[in-house]
Amino acid sequence: MATLTAATPNTAPPGVLRRPAVRKLAALAVVAAVLVPLAAGRWGSGAWPDALTVDLSGPLGRASDWIVDNRDSHPLFLHFLGHVSNVVVIAVRAVYLALLAVGWAGVTAVAALTAWRVAGVRQALGTAAAFLACGLLGMWVPTMQTLALMVVAVAVSVLVGALLGLAAGLSDRTHRGLRPVLDTMQVLPAFAYLLPVVLVFGIGVPAAVLATVVYAAPPMARLTALGLRGADKEVLEAVESLGTTARQRLLTARIPLARKELLLGLNQTIMMALSMAVIASVIGAGGLGDRVYQALASVDVGAALAAGIPIVLLAVVLDRVTGAAGARLGDAPAPNARVLGAYALAGAGVVAVAGRFAGRLEWPESWVVGLAEPVNRAVDWMTAHLYSGVPVVGGTADWAGRFTTWVLDPLRDGLQWLPWWGVLLIVAALAWLIGTWRTTLTAVLAMAAIGVLGVWQPSLDTLSQVLAAVAVTLVIGFAAGVATARSDRVEQLLRPVLDVFQTMPQFVYLIPVVALFGVGRAPAVAAAVVYALPAVVRITAQGLRQVDPAALESARSLGATGAQQLRQVQLPLARPALLLAVNQGVVLVLAVVIIGGLVGGGALGYDVVFGLAQGDLATGLVAGAAIVCLGLMLDRVTQPTERRAKKGA
Amino acid sequence: MRFRTIPAVAAGSALLLLTGCGAADMTKQASPFANARGARTVTLSVQSWVGAQANVAVAQYLLEHELGYRVDTVQVDEVPAWDALSQGRVDAILEDWGHPDQEQRYVEDKKTIVAGGDLGVTGHIGWFVPTYFAKEHPDVTDWKNLNKYADEFRTPESGGRGQLLDGSPSYVTNDKALVKNLKLDYRVVFAGSEAAQITQIQQFAKEKKPFLTYWYTPQWLSEQVPMTEVKLPPYEEGCDAEPDEVACAYPHTPLQKYLNADFARSGGEAAELLRNFRWTTEDQNEVSLMIAEQKLSPQEAAERWVDSHRSVWEKWLP
Repeated sequence: MATLTAATPNTAPPGVLRRPAVRKLAALAVVAAVLVPLAAGRWGSGAWPDALTVDLSGPLGRASDWIVDNRDSHPLFLHFLGHVSNVVVIAVRAVYLALLAVGWAGVTAVAALTAWRVAGVRQALGTAAAFLACGLLGMWVPTMQTLALMVVAVAVSVLVGALLGLAAGLSDRTHRGLRPVLDTMQVLPAFAYLLPVVLVFGIGVPAAVLATVVYAAPPMARLTALGLRGADKEVLEAVESLGTTARQRLLTARIPLARKELLLGLNQTIMMALSMAVIASVIGAGGLGDRVYQALASVDVGAALAAGIPIVLLAVVLDRVTGAAGARLGDAPAPNARVLGAYALAGAGVVAVAGRFAGRLEWPESWVVGLAEPVNRAVDWMTAHLYSGVPVVGGTADWAGRFTTWVLDPLRDGLQWLPWWGVLLIVAALAWLIGTWRTTLTAVLAMAAIGVLGVWQPSLDTLSQVLAAVAVTLVIGFAAGVATARSDRVEQLLRPVLDVFQTMPQFVYLIPVVALFGVGRAPAVAAAVVYALPAVVRITAQGLRQVDPAALESARSLGATGAQQLRQVQLPLARPALLLAVNQGVVLVLAVVIIGGLVGGGALGYDVVFGLAQGDLATGLVAGAAIVCLGLMLDRVTQPTERRAKKGA
Repeated sequence: MRFRTIPAVAAGSALLLLTGCGAADMTKQASPFANARGARTVTLSVQSWVGAQANVAVAQYLLEHELGYRVDTVQVDEVPAWDALSQGRVDAILEDWGHPDQEQRYVEDKKTIVAGGDLGVTGHIGWFVPTYFAKEHPDVTDWKNLNKYADEFRTPESGGRGQLLDGSPSYVTNDKALVKNLKLDYRVVFAGSEAAQITQIQQFAKEKKPFLTYWYTPQWLSEQVPMTEVKLPPYEEGCDAEPDEVACAYPHTPLQKYLNADFARSGGEAAELLRNFRWTTEDQNEVSLMIAEQKLSPQEAAERWVDSHRSVWEKWLP
């Protein structure tokens, strides 16, 4: 009984919960009462005042010209960046040539063997099947190119991330200094910073690898620091009492104790690097991403899917193998593992050599299965029959039209109609209610920075799209999450679907969403929902499942119905998880709304795409910076304070 | 404290290692995937429209099958492609629609890019309505009457005005200025990519709906969805000099090829073939249609065209 009362806000005395919130709002109201009349009187109260903007197009244009003019002669390029670029090219090339030399049979055998050693027989079979599927789809060479790029990018990300994490794990000052940097790097939509990298390194593999490292290193750094800091104090004291030096303690105790986190970091880094490998095709990274992108150009969904599936397979295999390896850490090795391992290694070697002598290094062309045509027929049928004129419910184009007119337009117009200080106040109030004064300050400053950059109106347009997409995502996501948490069957059915949604490159479904919803903001929102949904469903389901069984049991014993249990016990208790789901939903949606620029989303996303396409640093970088600020603001506004502790995962 | 020296030392020695081996020329870097297994490689840039894919596919087929090269292709937008060409990341652009700023910078000033001659195809940008709509309303083909039809072209995305559908951000366009300066009751909606624009046009055409779009010829879609051009005030030399003041039509542009300067000098037979490459709009459309409508892979489309047009391409061989 006691558990139930405490867990249900309805029955708690209202004052206890509400008072801090009221106090915060009152304080904010006092501050606003003093500042707003001053600000409004001085600068007016429509959109962001011109007096407070800084025009960066001049300096940015000059910077871009300087880089282009000096790239071939300035010592910075000749003696530093040029070498960085060369090293990347040489490394990727070495891996690529090695993969080609081993041949398709050899690569498959070696991959399966590795999977078997670290993760067991099931994962080994899955790995072999995945690699063979890449060949069957006719994507062997692009897959190897992507793999070569990934190997180098992941290696560098892990190195950089581990070094940063080591520094942060061992020194509190570095930890405090690094945290906001890593936070920012994680909410950065990858698309936004392709442009500066391209300008310095030119299009191609070096730029792609470096952009990937920026994107993929933070989780490694964060988890390394988490692992080192979380090491068991008693073990460390015991080791210290043996008279070890600091270095010995690090190498023999702290790092081994942190290996679960290190492996999780590796897993996250691989996943992020893979998703970036596709986005990087926009700047000429080659490989599978380039195939997807080129198929998109000729509006060929089938071909895009044929190149997208290997990416999904690689992602699923790498995720499951590193995940299973993490779960097996610390298990005792099987009795005759060493002998078996030696046999398997020899077997893989034989396969590779046999492949070489049989002259069968390249995937045989006759083994390629044509996937594109049936897929295109299916997409054509779908769009032809669903686009319009469906009886009763109306076609997808009608829905999109109504969504645009009834939801997106009022939301955008409403946001743009609000006075600038009003927007800042709302941001402050939300951030403070849910977080601390620090997060509030960051959120308000980020929003103000958008105004200063001179992109207030398009940013609010983007914001309206994000809000609409998040709302749709949350409605569907929570419903699916609840269903998943309550039924194992639903979970089994949903899991592969979610995997595909999450890892399929967004470029693949840009054409179908346009075919269904027409050009505009509606398809951008649809694409964002598809992408953000899996995370929301997963976090919701996990949160609901972890609700204390005792609380549920006592509710059941009181005769609560299923719906009552859900509403009054599970949902309130899972509140932190739900808040995290909201937060993740917002960040992921924002990442895709940029890509929505490619299907008529307009606003900041279009500006970023425009900047990239025209080499226009002023437009692209300012819009990119605004997106970062928007992301930072949204992240802080939706950031539950408890998250700090568990953010690593 | 001691441990913070490790990253510093590592970074320092890495830097030393890098700078120790002299200058690294950023202009001399090919793709890491090029020249695998000792083949001679040419890298061509492909732009997103299918015409550009058709040029590259045929050039690739001939280079591979007639001259024994290996060809890598990279998908790049137009302006970054110039940059890549100047850096030697790609060896040639086969279809350029006119980029005076880039020409001045790279061809005239830095001399890292040289002109590769005409492609033989003349490009033209304009505003188009579907022919089925133009037949019903013949006066829509003059810009002066466009305001009368604004309501017909309205979509949820265009607010209360007519929609002028624009395509990829990488394309040359004055449409925003044109709408303003010609006082048209329209709003430019950017599809954001040619793929999105084509998909939307196909959907409109399926339902025989009216639409007004920025479009260009030669383009394979014009065969599938016949379109009629809307007359804008005539183009005169220099009328598009001021981006904000433009109030005239787009010019007719003979499309150009450009080669990396080093490649043009030492590219041997490949460079010569690419310089000689010159075909007609019909040829290009034939290949484009095979790629875009029959969904042949660019290689297959190129093979079919090459098999049936020996007399055209034999002249290109060195």
